[in-house]
Parts: sequence; structure tokens; C-alpha cells
Amino acid sequence: MKRYALCLNSRFLFPAAILAVLVLPSASLAQQTKPWEKIPIPPLHAFHPQEPKRIELKNGIVVFLQEDHELPFIYGSVLIHGGSRDEDPAKAGLVGLYRQAWRTSGTTSMDGDAMDDLLEAKAAHIETDGDEDSTVLSWDSLKGDADQVFSLAMDLLFHPKFSAEKLELAQQQEATSIVRRNDDEDGIAGRESAKLVYGVNSPYTRQPELATIAAVSISDLQAWHDRTLKGQLIVGIYGDFDPAAMEAKVRAAFEGLPPVTPEPPRHDEFTGPKPGVYFIDKEDVNQSNVQIVALGVDRHNPDVPTLDVMNEILGGGFGSRLFLKVRTQLGLAYEVGGGFSLPYDHPGSFSVEALTKSVSTVDATKAAEAEIAGLNTRPFTQAELERAKDDIVNSFLFDYDTKDKILDESEKLEFYGYPPDYLETYHAALEKVTLADLTAAAKKYIHPEKLAVLVVGNGPEIKPPLDALGMGAPQPIDITIPQPSVPPPVAGAAQQ
Amino acid sequence: MRQRLISGFSTGFLFLALLLAVSTASAQDLQSFEKRITVKVLPNGLTLVICERHDAPVFSYTTFIDAGDVNDPTGESGLAHMFEHLAFKGTSQIGTTDYAAEKVALQKVEEANDAYEAEYLKPVGRSEQKLAELEKAFLAAQAEAEKFVIPNQFTEVAEANGAHDLNAGTGLDDTQYFWSMPENRLELWAWMESSRLSDVVPREFYKERDVVMEERRMRVDSNPIGRLEEQFFATAYVAHNYGRSEIGWPSEVSQITATEAMAFHKKFYVGGNIVIAIVGDVDPKTALPMLEKYFSRVPGGPRPEDMTTVEPQQFAEKSVVIREQTQPVYLEGYHRPSYHDPDDAVYDAISDILSNGRVSRLYRSLVEQQQIAAEAIGESPVPGERYPSLFMFGAIPLPGHTPAEMRDAIHKEIEKLKTSDVTDAELEMYKTRTRADLLRGLDDNQGLANSLAEYQTRYGDWRQLFLQLDRVDKVTKADIRRVANRVFVASNRTSAEIDTEPPAAAAKQDGAAKQDGGAQ
Repeated sequence: MKRYALCLNSRFLFPAAILAVLVLPSASLAQQTKPWEKIPIPPLHAFHPQEPKRIELKNGIVVFLQEDHELPFIYGSVLIHGGSRDEDPAKAGLVGLYRQAWRTSGTTSMDGDAMDDLLEAKAAHIETDGDEDSTVLSWDSLKGDADQVFSLAMDLLFHPKFSAEKLELAQQQEATSIVRRNDDEDGIAGRESAKLVYGVNSPYTRQPELATIAAVSISDLQAWHDRTLKGQLIVGIYGDFDPAAMEAKVRAAFEGLPPVTPEPPRHDEFTGPKPGVYFIDKEDVNQSNVQIVALGVDRHNPDVPTLDVMNEILGGGFGSRLFLKVRTQLGLAYEVGGGFSLPYDHPGSFSVEALTKSVSTVDATKAAEAEIAGLNTRPFTQAELERAKDDIVNSFLFDYDTKDKILDESEKLEFYGYPPDYLETYHAALEKVTLADLTAAAKKYIHPEKLAVLVVGNGPEIKPPLDALGMGAPQPIDITIPQPSVPPPVAGAAQQ
Repeated sequence: MRQRLISGFSTGFLFLALLLAVSTASAQDLQSFEKRITVKVLPNGLTLVICERHDAPVFSYTTFIDAGDVNDPTGESGLAHMFEHLAFKGTSQIGTTDYAAEKVALQKVEEANDAYEAEYLKPVGRSEQKLAELEKAFLAAQAEAEKFVIPNQFTEVAEANGAHDLNAGTGLDDTQYFWSMPENRLELWAWMESSRLSDVVPREFYKERDVVMEERRMRVDSNPIGRLEEQFFATAYVAHNYGRSEIGWPSEVSQITATEAMAFHKKFYVGGNIVIAIVGDVDPKTALPMLEKYFSRVPGGPRPEDMTTVEPQQFAEKSVVIREQTQPVYLEGYHRPSYHDPDDAVYDAISDILSNGRVSRLYRSLVEQQQIAAEAIGESPVPGERYPSLFMFGAIPLPGHTPAEMRDAIHKEIEKLKTSDVTDAELEMYKTRTRADLLRGLDDNQGLANSLAEYQTRYGDWRQLFLQLDRVDKVTKADIRRVANRVFVASNRTSAEIDTEPPAAAAKQDGAAKQDGGAQ
């Protein structure tokens, strides 16, 4: 049966952003009989996750083959270094246009529309995508169509033909998102709080504007494609194939390429937010979106296992300190949570959010701030530590319970240059985290005086006003959408 | 970095024959499924569906309650959803330090709330001072009851035992609870799930009501599309509950009581109204006696009576226009029958041909050729499927284009459907993609558990998940024209749009922004 997508057809108790966790309020447990603890938990059935076969070609391209013969499907992908953080700032939005126009344009021998017709009739797919640090070409089909779909995918990889018409289409779609971006309170909060952490002109936060997307041409797309394809490609194949035949096929497609050019190291500067309270007025809402942010760390940091446990305790989900206080006990928010983001190759953010009705903005913000500050003042308990670990360790199984998840993990570690046994060593480290580690990490990484608070909300409704936070006068942020001095080549791009 | 666009299949069933030859192969595939699926109806009416898959030592489950917000009594919109939140608050054994004392305290909370509400709702002579005192007493009673609460202990125990993707959802038609767990926790899960189905305690109810009000503010009041949809459905329906706010009208949600939630539970959470599907590394031979022991605790009782209201035939075109600063959007809907209708698959065919992907008619016409829309869809059924619903069209205009242009362009595409046949290729593509989509929808334990529970509930037989392909295969070009001509007529239409106003005008017209509890 069908579920409708655009429409809010089913509501969820917990927002997706909040992942599993918990802690406990320990005091009164002593008298409880806890019948669930008497239920036997037998040893887990033996399980030997299947690692994909890794093949490194002479030119440096890495291939992973993960067989799975349960179903007659074959999936493939080519992961390519380089994403929006590598764009020319004057052409911000290039990757957003490229990921659409690459596929919709098609190849020198078959245009994108013809490719759509051919693939859809077979319920097969070839798609292109891209984000902050990578782009990807992916495909899937029934086994019987796999040779033809693979050839088409390789044609798109090696012989794309960027079309001015399809670029214009992509520009129109992007312009639509730009002029609509201030309609979405949550989008404003996410975007502007990231700018507070990283800076307005950071490669991680600069946003496409009508002028910058209009500045992108098809030669820019071709140049981007040619440059990024020289980098280290990671090829992943999953599904119902013969491994020897598939290896030969992938070698034939990729072995002839020249040696890969490694990505130059990045030299980004990360300064963190200027402390204070920032405000964006939005007249058509009755709920404030509160973001409390600071600069965080990257995943190479040896304290990451400790911070992961701290995330669980602070704001990972149910019974986390934030959830327990702001949602369960105070009833001030449906969505509340947060922690360190821990990305693989650059410092992340520390970010806590709470969505609360206008009149309780100050109360909810103070309550959330108190939980953050409490990491340094309210001692972590043994019970909190154990439950946070149980949570992570007992659901670890779900990181590799299917063969395709294992393949995804292998590709990710390869992409970011982490050792293949990263997950194992990480979890071993996590199990060793102590109360002393938590206390030390809180001291080192939690600095309430360095936090910035962003509120997106309905100014006249917020009573008491934000001055009551005691962080100085709220500093307004202007989110007016810049109109290009030269109209972009899109239909009536002037905002209505 | 992004993961692959579509994650791999991992469900271990023999789908190949199904894909290659639909109508003739169904029986054979059913056989392969039947070997793995065990269905057991307990004496209390509760149905268990167990599907074995031993690839990894995990299982997923879905508890499917055949009741959603469409079943909320008049004046209590949002009740089914409130109960869903309550179902995470624990039982007489979990989440409390002393249930006997807590029970007494909770009764006092209800009494205090009743006293407050009686004063609050007085049509004349309400005393604000008395109201303030009663509110104070109500808060004090809550604080007293909270002394016995171990907050969030139910979810805490689940997650410390590895529960993964733990959540629940309430729609108009149904309520679903689900998570995945390591297989050695099956008995623990059975204890927890059967406990909350049979022994839920309405603790922290009024705090949770505040939380749900925040959920409403997030999803509806502070979201332009949320506001538009709520008004769209409220306008399209005059009698049936599909027209009611799904999350609940503010004045009603904010006055739901724990007593009402428990009454809803008593009526709708009976064995005959519940299907539980479990998919994963489970051996039904050893598991069934254990599951039967626990789930027999759920109260028996007949399925509740179905509602009598049937939406009367629409005879006048209706429209909603929201004038505000946000960007334009256009929606329109036409009444259609429920999923029981013999033409159910014809509506799916129309939706697929009009709006599935870059080959679809609406994309190629509005987005690619005319270049007036960023996105255009034609979908059904909304907002539910159990009862007569809507076929809905919608489009997001490109900058500089208007809802009126969306409407005209959509009507042209509808006219084409009425006056000429779809092509053989379009119809064949619909059938091929539907067969594939069925498989793609079953790509993991959780997805399969959801589907099995849903089909077992809706058709009384999970096999319909596969047998429905027979109906898909029988759709003809003539069916599509016939249905389009019958349904897509002006007198059966409701439209809703946002017309963008410049800031100054909007400020003058509507200085007071949306208020809590306020109508829009």
C-alpha cells in the first residue's frame, strides 16, 4: 500500500534527528523488582559478517566487490573526491547543479531523456549526486540487465555531454530553492547556526545565491568533471554477480586510467562562533527554533570515543539529560537534543537544539544551557556511563547486519583514509571509556562561555524577550535573499 | 560523503520469478513465502505473523493497531496520537517506584484536571481567581504523581538492550510501533511489548500533552505547507473525519485527558484489532509458545464497530487561498473511493504515469517543456486509504510563475487522460515498476514487517502483498480513461494555494501572527 510523501501522513513520536539513547535517574531504583531482568538473554547466534573483497588497481583506484546472491539484483557506485567545499566561491552551487545536470544531460551517444526512457522501462536506475566533499555515480538493475546498465553508467562516467538546456533546468530548480529558503524555519536555523560556527564565507557554509548559480556554465561543469575524475575513485559493486567475471569487467573499465592524483591537503581555518545571542525574526511561526552552538572536533581526535559516550548522556535521545529535562519533565519541546557531530575529516560543531513555543523561548534555552553547563558541574554517574555504553555496544550489530551496510562502511573508511578495522578499534576504545575520561573531556571541550545562541522565532511573541538570557542584546541576523545585479538566465528569477 | 542512492536489498526471498512473470508466478512465490511465514491467531484475537530470515542474528517487529486519528471521538481530535505517546511511558511494573501509591496519585490528577476544565469551560461566570487556584492544584497533583515516576524507563530498557530505530507513528488510519533488536532479546521484547499493550499507565500525561502541542507547532502552525494541507483537507471534507486536523485542532489536543486516552485504549487496543509481524532470526517452533504466553495478556474483545459517516458526494467546487509572505504552492484534490474499490490499481496507474520520475507526464510537461514548475505530482490516496479519499495534484512554481499557471497546466494533462489513451509503453512501465517497487519496499526486515502487518490487517491475509499484482496486471487503457472521466471533474474538486503577498501588505492585513489555540 502507498504512503504519501509530500504530505504529513504519519506522525512520529520521536523526530528522526534524535537517535537512540538513554540514561537514568538513578535514585529510586532500589525498591523496584525489575521483572525484565529475570528474563533470560541467551548467547547471540554465531555471526560472521562478510567483508567485501578489496582490490587496488595499479593506478590507485580501489574496488570493493560484495557478493550477495539472495536476490537477482546488482548495484554499483563510483565515489569521487571533491564537493561543494571545493567550489569557486563566485560559483557557489556548482556541485548542486552538476549533480543534476550530469545525469539529465546524458552522454555523447545517448541524451538524458532517452536514458530515462530506456532505464525506467526496465525499472533500472542510473543517478548522480553530490554533497560537501564528494560526488557519486550509482546504478542498479536486475541481473539480466546489469551488463547493459553497467555500460551505460560507464558511458556517463567517461563520456558525459553537458547540455546547456539541462543546466538551465537545474539552475531553475536551484533558484526555486533559493527564493524559498526563508519559508522553512528549520532550514534557516540549520543554515545560520552553521554560519555562526564556521563563518559566513567558510567552504562549509557558503550558500548558493541567484548570482552565483547564474555564473555557472557548461564548461564549468565539464572542467569540474575532468578534474575530479583524476582523483582517487572508489568503485563498489554489490549483489548477485560472479566475482571473477565482475572483477574482470571492472578492471577493463578502470585499469586503463592514468595514476590517480591525490587530493591536496586542505588548509581551512576554524575559529568558532563569537559568543552571544543572535536572532532572526519570522512573523509566521508560533514556535522558536533555538540552536546553541560551538566549534567541535574531528573524528581523528583520540577523545572521540569519550565524546560519543558524552553525546549519549547529554542529548542522544530518551532519558538523555536534555530529553529528560526539557521534554519529559518540563514539556517544553517535542524536538530537543544534540551533541558533537564528529565528522571524518574536519572539525564538526557542538550543537544543541530545542523547538519550543514562543513564550517559553527563554525558559527552554536556559534549561538547555543548564544541561550543557551541567556536564562540568553535575558529576557523571556510573549508571549513566553504563547505560550509554550498553546503548552503543548492544546496537553495534546494526552497523553490519546486512552485507550492503558492510560495503558502505568499507567505502567510507577508504574515502576518508581510515584503517579497515576502524570500527573494531573504535568500539574497543569506547568500551574502555571511564568516568574520569568523561569528566576530563567535559572540562576540555565544554565551555559555556564560548557558546553562541541562535533563535529563529516570532519576535513580538517572545516574552520575556531574549535579553533575559543575560547574554547581552540579541544581535539580529539579516537573511534577506540577495537579488543579482544582472538577472540570471532563469524565468523571472525576481522574488515575488 | 553520501552513501549509494538506493541501499542494497537484503531480504532473502525468491523474488525473481515474481519479477519475470507476474500473474502466473504469484502462486509459486507465495509457496516460497509460505515456507517461511507462520501465522497464529491467539484466543484473544491478536494475530502474530512470523517471517523467518536467518541472515543475521537480529529481528524487527511492527505492532499494527487498526485505529488511528480517524477514530478519535468528536471533540478529541489527536487522541490516537496522544495515546501513542502514552504507550512509551511504562506500565505498572516499569517506570514506577510504587505503583499502588502512584495509581492513587494519578486518580487525583484526573480529578484536579476535571475541576480545572469544568471552571475553564463555564460559558458564564468563570472566575479567573478560582481558575488560577485550580490550575495550581492541578500542577501540585501532577508533581505528587511524578514522585513515583522513573522517567523514560521503558525506552531506556529497550535501548540498553540494543533496540535500534525505536519509534512509533500514528496516521489517520492506523498506529504502528516498531524497532529492531538482537535476536537473543526476543523474549525481553515480547514481555515489554505485551506489557505496554495490556498494562499501560497514563503517567506524565499532561506534560506529554504539552510536548504534542509543540509537535503541532513544529509540523503545522510554523510550517507553510503544514498550514496549507490542514486547510486543504478541512475544506475537501464536510462530514468524514479525514477532514479533521490529523495531529488535532489546538483547542482539542490541549484538552485531551488521560481518562479519554485510556478509554480509547480500552476500545481499540483489543486483540482483534492488533496484528504483530516479526521478521528475522526467529524460530517459530520455539518462539510461538513463548509469544503466545505473553501476548495472551492483551485483552480480547470484538473489533470495535466501524464508523457510520460516509462523506457525501461533493457537488460544488471549493477553494482555499492563503495570502501570506511565503512562496506560492498549488494543490488540488478529487474525491475517490477507498482501497477496497475494484479500481484501486487504476488510480495507482494514473499516479505512476503522471508523476513517477523524470519520464512522467507532469515532469516532462510542467518542469521540462513549459518550464513553469520545479516539481509536480499526482498522488493518491490522501490523506488515508481506509475510507474514501482524495487523488491529489500539486505543483511548486518556479520563481515568477503562479498557482493559476500550475492549475491550468495540470488541467491540460488531466484533459489528455480523459480524451486519449495512455500509450502501451506507459502502461507497461507502470506494471514493471510496480513489480520492482514491491520488492524495493521489502528491502529489509523492518520494511517487510511493516508490509506484512499492514496487509494482514487491511486484507485479512498477508498474501495480498503479492496477489495485488494480479490487479495491477489487469489495468487497461480504457480503465484509465473511464476513471479519469468519472473522477476528475470540476464539481468534485477542491483546490488550495498560497498566493504570495509582499511583506508590507501582509503586515497590514494580519498583524497578529498565528496564536496558540487560534484558528487560522
